[in-house]
Amino acid sequence: MDDVAVRDEVATDQSWPVQLYKTLKAHGVSQISYVPDAGHSRLIELSHRDGAIKTTVLTTEEEGVALSAGAWLGGDRAVLLMQSSGVGNCVNMFSLAASCRLPFLTLVTMRGEWAEFNPWQIPMGKATPQALEIMGVTVLRLERPEDAEEIVSAACSLAFESDQQIAVLISQRMLGRKKWTETK
Amino acid sequence: MVANFTLARREAVKALLVDRRDLLVVTGLGSASYDVFDAGENPANFYLWGAMGGAAMVGLGLALAQPKRPVAVITGDGEQLMGIGSLLTIGAKQPGNLTIVILDNGHFGETGMQVSHSGLGAQLDVIASGAGIRAVTEITDLKGITDYRRTLRDIDGGPRLARIRIATGHVDRALPPRDGVYLKNRFRENLGFAVS
Repeated sequence: MDDVAVRDEVATDQSWPVQLYKTLKAHGVSQISYVPDAGHSRLIELSHRDGAIKTTVLTTEEEGVALSAGAWLGGDRAVLLMQSSGVGNCVNMFSLAASCRLPFLTLVTMRGEWAEFNPWQIPMGKATPQALEIMGVTVLRLERPEDAEEIVSAACSLAFESDQQIAVLISQRMLGRKKWTETK
Repeated sequence: MVANFTLARREAVKALLVDRRDLLVVTGLGSASYDVFDAGENPANFYLWGAMGGAAMVGLGLALAQPKRPVAVITGDGEQLMGIGSLLTIGAKQPGNLTIVILDNGHFGETGMQVSHSGLGAQLDVIASGAGIRAVTEITDLKGITDYRRTLRDIDGGPRLARIRIATGHVDRALPPRDGVYLKNRFRENLGFAVS
């Protein structure tokens, strides 16, 4: 499906993943990389179907930090999608964006903070904002679906116009409880 | 199984980059950056001084952004080993204009010449092939380099990976500029993007 067809399909969709997609498009984002995450699944799907966005699946999140750097060197605006557990994988690679004052934007779905069932998600979830901040990444929080467009738009401007490194943390409350047992 | 390879790295990289034309080059930190700098300063070179394991992915982002330009990542075996998963990501994405050149001496040269996984038997060319990078070449002499040079300028047929087996002998450092903002701005300016 081409990007025109995708645009028609999402024209009246007010869900927050679609708002994220439209906002990234409005800011000229043409590369999206990701480590799969259930919270980002709709945005990932839209990105793959949009012929104007080069979409790259990664084996680990720090690859996306380096990919975004290369994209900017070549004139593209890139965004990295990941889950909070991936932030820790990126720490040293953030030096690249800081040293070269490169625009960097990541949209992070949170785990380990709201009604979490899996205790193994808690340590990295709790450390996520600090792990970003110690490396100079500015943290913005997205807590309510209706704020999606405004916050991601502000994040895009900060990243791509002011050469900042920005993470938008998407509250686990927005994603809803993960179902761990099949309902019959 | 550390075999004896005799190709001098500086000579190899110099020969590879002769007549480079519109080739864009990303280098992995350590000796690969020094080799490319020594072969001739160029605003189309982007030298990494850190971000170990990230060179191939910087190359991928650049290759996707600039599909009409050939892109070469020139790095060492140690740097590529740290980002080994990126070979799978490149294999999945299949950028026709991207070549990964690994200067492989089987050692971590920058840190005291400890034997690397490559020196201990890992075959980076076989790994690349298994990752989906089909155009894989092993080069052991200068003739191999001069034969490969034209391929480096192709914008299709990739992704490619060349494993160049180089000698371990000591080479004096040649230090490229290390101000990242400067390197970024001159690289983008050379591609026609105004510095804001």
